[in-house]
Amino acid sequence: MSKHVMVFCEQRDGVMQKVSLELLGEGKKLANALGQKLIALVLGHNVDALNQTALQHGADEVIAVDSEYLSDYMNEPYTKAMTAVLKAEDFEIVLIGATAIGRDLAPRVAARVKTGLTADCTSLEIDPDTNHLLMTRPAFGGNILATIICPEHRPQMASIRPGVMIAPEPTAQSNGTVRNFPVEFTPADRNVTILETVKSAKKTKDITEAKVLVSGGRGTGKEGFATLEKLASALGGMVGASRAAVDAGFAEKEKQIGQTGKTVRPQLYMACGISGAIQHLAGMEESELIIAINKNPSAPIFDVADVGIVGDMHKILHKLIDRLERLA
Amino acid sequence: MKIIVCIKQVPNTNEVKLNQETGTLIRDGVPSIINPDDLAGIEAALRIKDTRDAHVTVITMGPPQADVALREALAMGCDDAYLISDRAFAGADTWATSGTLAGAINLLGYDLIITGRQAIDGDTAQVGPQIAEHLGIPVISYAEEINAEDKTITVKRQYEDRYQIIQAQYPVLITALSELNQPRYMSVGGIVDAYDTKEVKSLAYVDLEHLVARENIGLKGSPTRVKKSFTKSPKGKGELHQVSDDESVEIIIRKLKEHHIL
Repeated sequence: MSKHVMVFCEQRDGVMQKVSLELLGEGKKLANALGQKLIALVLGHNVDALNQTALQHGADEVIAVDSEYLSDYMNEPYTKAMTAVLKAEDFEIVLIGATAIGRDLAPRVAARVKTGLTADCTSLEIDPDTNHLLMTRPAFGGNILATIICPEHRPQMASIRPGVMIAPEPTAQSNGTVRNFPVEFTPADRNVTILETVKSAKKTKDITEAKVLVSGGRGTGKEGFATLEKLASALGGMVGASRAAVDAGFAEKEKQIGQTGKTVRPQLYMACGISGAIQHLAGMEESELIIAINKNPSAPIFDVADVGIVGDMHKILHKLIDRLERLA
Repeated sequence: MKIIVCIKQVPNTNEVKLNQETGTLIRDGVPSIINPDDLAGIEAALRIKDTRDAHVTVITMGPPQADVALREALAMGCDDAYLISDRAFAGADTWATSGTLAGAINLLGYDLIITGRQAIDGDTAQVGPQIAEHLGIPVISYAEEINAEDKTITVKRQYEDRYQIIQAQYPVLITALSELNQPRYMSVGGIVDAYDTKEVKSLAYVDLEHLVARENIGLKGSPTRVKKSFTKSPKGKGELHQVSDDESVEIIIRKLKEHHIL
C-alpha cells in the first residue's frame, strides 16, 4: 500500500482555518520530497465546500468524514474519526495546526494509534539519508531548538504553530478527488456536553494576518501604545505587544507576540521600546523587515533587527507619524 | 471526591540566559519552580476541597530533587504527595510519560484529574490529553473556570476565538490555564507540616509494573527521539544608527520605501 502525507484541515463554523492552508503548502513540499500523495482530512458536517478549498490549495485527495457528531469540535468524536482514517490506510506523516483544537486532538490521536507527536514545530524537513521527518521546535522558552525524529512508529505526527508556514496561492482548477469515509458514531462518543458556545464579540483581524505590525513592550507605556495605534493606522497595519506589555495591561492578550503568544511574519515589524527577550524574538524574528527603536544600544532586539535606531521612541514616532501624514 | 493533580518541576525559563560567546544555555543558578499552569491546577483542586469533601493528591514524575515541588504543594494544603521516580523512567517522551502517570493514577484511584495545560520548559501541552487517553476518560483542555458539583463538573474552555461551557461526569481530566486563578501562598503551618508530619511517598517502576508494560516506559518506550538540540544561529546583525531624531525618521522612511511599504 502506498504511503501518504496527511494534513488535518481544521474548520470552525464551516470556515477553513488559515493554519490548515499553511499546512497544505508545507505538506505538499514534504509529499513531493517523498514522492507521495498529499491527502487532506476534512471532518465536519455539511462542509463540502471545504473539500474544494483543500484541493485548490494542493491536496491530491480529500478524505471527508461527514457526520452531525462532527459539526462542532469535540475531543472524542474527532479522535475517533481521525483514528479510524489513520488505521485504515498507511500514512507516513500527519500535520495538524497547533491551535486550541489541534493541541487537544493531536495528542489524543497520537496516544490512541501509539505513535510519536512533536508539538509546535517551526520547521519540517525530510532527512535525505533516512527519509525520516526532521521536526524542529523551540524548547526552554525559545532558548534552544530541538530536532525530533520518530524513527520507528508511523505516522510521524507534528503540530505546527499558526503563522509559521506559508499558505500557497489557490489554483482555479484541481484534478484531485474527494472520498467520503464512513465512521460509525454512537451517543456515547459525545462523552462531554457542550452547554454553551460564546464567540468573541469583536471580530477584529488577527495580528498574524497583518502585513505591518508595530509593537510595544513594557517600556512603551500606555501613552506609547496610543502612539503605536496612530502609527499602525498611518502604515495600514496593526499593533502587537510583548508579554510584559500585556501583563502590564497596555494591550490585550490576543496581541501578544512570542513563545507564549502568537508567531508573526509580517512584511514589516517595528519594535518600539521592546528590549527583545528571547521569548519575544521567537515569535517575530522571521519577519521580512525588522526595524527596532530602543534607547538601550545593547538591547537584544538589535541582534535580530535589520535596522536598529538608538533613541527615544516617543519623540521619533511623533516625528515619524507627522512625516507619514504629510506624505499621505 | 478523590482529586489527583499532576505537576512538573521546571527551570524558570524566564531566567535562563544564553552565553553570548559560546551560544550555550546558562543553567547554573536558574531556580526550579512548580510549572505555572500546574500551580493553577493545584489551586483549582484546593478550592474544590475548600468547599466540599475532597482529598487532593499531588503527583510528579521526575528526579529526586522534585521532592521540593511536592513539599510546596503539601504546604499549600494538598493532602498527599507521590514522587514517581526511577531510572527506568528516564528519557520518556510525552507518550511514555503519560502512560507512566496513568499507571500511577490507576494505582491511586481518582474521580477528577487536573494537569496544567503545558509546561514552560517543553511547551507541548500533550501529557494531559494523553493521560486521559491512557485512562480512557474524557478530557477538557484549556480550563479558564472550573465549577465542581457532586455528580458533574462544569468548565469554561478557552479557544482563540470563543469559549465553551462544557459539562462532564466524573471521572474526567481537566487541563488548567494559569489564568484560572491566583494560587495561594504556602502557609507557615503548612510548611512545617510539609516537612514534619506529612511525607512524600515514592513510587518506582516495581510499584507500577502490573499496570504499565516495561516496553512502554522511559526512553525505550518513547516513539520520539531528540536527534539534536542547538541554539539558534543568530540572524546577521543589521545596521545600528545612533543619530538625531530627525535623521532617524529619514532612515525609517527610506527603508519603508526600499521595501515598498510606502
